[in-house]
Amino acid sequence: MAAPRRVDVLVPSAASWDRVGEAAEGESTRVVRTQPESRRSIAMDSNHQSNYKLSKTEKKFLRKQIKARHTLLRHEGIETVSYATQSLIVANGGLGNRVSRNQLLPVLEKCGLVDALLMPPNKPYSFVRYKTVEESKKAYDTLNGKVIVDDLGQQIILYLNFVEKAQWKELGLQALPPGLMVIEDIISSEDEKMLLESVNWTEDTDNQNFQKSLKHRRVKHFGYEFHYENNHVDKDKPLPGGLPDICDSILEKWLKEGFIKHKPDQLTVNQYEPGHGIPAHVDTHSAFEDEIVSLSLGSEIVMDFKHPDGVTVPIMLPCRSLLVMTGESRYLWTHGITPRKFDTIQASRGPKSGIITGDVEDLTLSKRGIRTSFTFRKVRQTPCNCSYPLVCDSQMKETPTSFPESDKEASQLEQEYVHQVYEEIARHFSSTRHTPWPHIVEFLKALPSGSLVADIGCGNGKYLGINKELYMIGCDHSQNLVDICREKHYQALVCDALAVPIRSGSCDACISIAVIHHFATAERRVAALQELVRLLRPGGKALIYVWAMEQEYNKKKSKYLRENRISQGKKEEISNDTSVQELLVKQMPDVGNQDSAPSVPSINDFQDRGCNSRKVTNSKLPIHTNRTSFHSQDLLVPWHLKENPGKGKSIEPFGPLGSHDPGPVFHRYYHVFCEGEMEAACQTLSNISILQSYYDQGNWCVILQKV
Amino acid sequence: MKLLTHNLLSSHVRGVGPRGFPLRLQATEVRISPVEFNPDFVARMIPKVEWAALLEAADTLHLVEVPKEPIQGYEHDERFLRKMHHVLLEVDVLEGTLQCPESGRLFPISRGIPNMLLSDEETET
Repeated sequence: MAAPRRVDVLVPSAASWDRVGEAAEGESTRVVRTQPESRRSIAMDSNHQSNYKLSKTEKKFLRKQIKARHTLLRHEGIETVSYATQSLIVANGGLGNRVSRNQLLPVLEKCGLVDALLMPPNKPYSFVRYKTVEESKKAYDTLNGKVIVDDLGQQIILYLNFVEKAQWKELGLQALPPGLMVIEDIISSEDEKMLLESVNWTEDTDNQNFQKSLKHRRVKHFGYEFHYENNHVDKDKPLPGGLPDICDSILEKWLKEGFIKHKPDQLTVNQYEPGHGIPAHVDTHSAFEDEIVSLSLGSEIVMDFKHPDGVTVPIMLPCRSLLVMTGESRYLWTHGITPRKFDTIQASRGPKSGIITGDVEDLTLSKRGIRTSFTFRKVRQTPCNCSYPLVCDSQMKETPTSFPESDKEASQLEQEYVHQVYEEIARHFSSTRHTPWPHIVEFLKALPSGSLVADIGCGNGKYLGINKELYMIGCDHSQNLVDICREKHYQALVCDALAVPIRSGSCDACISIAVIHHFATAERRVAALQELVRLLRPGGKALIYVWAMEQEYNKKKSKYLRENRISQGKKEEISNDTSVQELLVKQMPDVGNQDSAPSVPSINDFQDRGCNSRKVTNSKLPIHTNRTSFHSQDLLVPWHLKENPGKGKSIEPFGPLGSHDPGPVFHRYYHVFCEGEMEAACQTLSNISILQSYYDQGNWCVILQKV
Repeated sequence: MKLLTHNLLSSHVRGVGPRGFPLRLQATEVRISPVEFNPDFVARMIPKVEWAALLEAADTLHLVEVPKEPIQGYEHDERFLRKMHHVLLEVDVLEGTLQCPESGRLFPISRGIPNMLLSDEETET
């Protein structure tokens, strides 16, 4: 382990940062220069104007320390100060970094009397308050760059900075979700042992007990099999054998003692290793009766309960305790287990049942063990009639996924099924969007040097850096996607493609890649095209890509279909559908001849002939099966979210978690375009000519020029 | 947000039209992000810039010495091009606001990103 490093130079205050001119009244214009020479000026402080020279290592620590300050300010809004105070923020020394209270406290106490150590849950830092400024200054001087070893043997370097106040927004007093109960020591250790031994995880391929190894836990079903595809049970297909005999006497006892009211007929046994978890969920209302109980065996765990309003209540489920969920806690609150190896728990209470409060003076870590849960449920035979119709699948009214009839409805549909979804899936979506499409790259590379280009709907910005000779601005509706562009140092802003805040006639070129198919009416799609044209100077060009209804063209399947490994060989003909294609063929005899120039039907033809969405009006939008042909032009396309894709940045307190199983599914609205439809839409615009239109890997593409 | 980007932005609040330009810039945090100097590229940008808007923005940030207009033969004036390179491409507004000069609507700039989303009422025609 490295010896503690001394960093004698105080961190600068804002005063030592360079400024450009005088700040406007009441506002300070801070300018953080990133050139190396100004970094040296940062190292200077009024107390240390001497010729003190920093060693290379010290410089490195100082740099890291300053970086820690910026990170804290940017991500957490925590302001550090340059002068010595009683309180310090200890960057990296936090529960979220697997540093526990009993590791950190002795280190801090070496420098003086610790008044308080606040360790916020899941954060990679903590706050320490010393009795005196002298003590905190000593800690600052001696502990900066100090290496400690976390519970998994990894080295963690501490960076300390002064703060005005060691504070943490305390969560208000929390109450258990209504209808929730945890009964401690409901069974004896002998019964626990017996139950654990009764589950044979190693046995069988005979499928009797429907054992599955989900990505993040092992699971076994009794009574009825639980299907994760639809989160339901098949009521007509009980499993042979019912519940294990050993459970029977236990359940009878609970019934008699009044802990449960109904005798369950379905059992799911889950086994969680440290690091395993289960995504937050509400058990399907129509699948099970009100009362759901879960017995924790082998080890305790913290389960998170979440109200739709956003309130989260972490609850300790001790070993050999029974969790009983009824009423609101069963129907309205989600419950889940975060996949991680350590839980944040109350230091003073240990593994006792109850809420883990936000009392940051009393939190520490507890290493998880292997927990096996026996969840007992009673299969529901009649539709659910709970008092939470908004979240009840039995009482769900016609969802707003029916086709919009007005502009307002269309806007709402897009809000819910496009904008919100991209916001949710942004990171995962971005991780799957790395390869630029060759024809788009070609378009951008062919533009003259010094062209101003707007990418409307830029997503994660994969086209913004293609050609360094262009000045490109990306726009997207999703803040999270624009954040990703900004991380790549691109110019990007958040806006709507129907109202782009760029002055008219200023762009030499625009691109709109996979955007216009997200607008829910023909009028809105045309309006989006109109807006692109508005941005162009006369002579400027726009490249537009939309998803094609035809995923097989020139007898060639698109990449989208080809990547379907499951249904390979199982041929699905788009023309078997009642047919949009037939209609088109009738209408446009030259469609069959792929070499001929595209004939351009008017947009009215599409509206009259039903190639637009009218046929689905008032019906629910169909949900598309990924990697298959389209059967409708207006549809919802599922996105299976993998949380923390890729390497998983260190933002997550417990490192990469991998994907959950089953991950949440989001639905994005699409209007897929028929052949000729995009040209027809473009024809309604004035002042443009179509330079080119083509089919590229399942997309219809047009290049227009403003005249 | 670079000042060249600012120079291209215009308010899109319903009904303001061309009077939505230029957006009034207020900055509370600015960073200088060094960018490699490419004289040809900068020279090509000059005619695309709305000069009055640039002067106003540069003035707000107290950036000194932006010429009142592009000087004659600027394509070959390295000093001028370097200065414009710095002003247009290196000055990066991290925190602040953009204000529509016509409607007064404020748009936040946060972490270098302007958020120009409008509510439905502000876009309806």
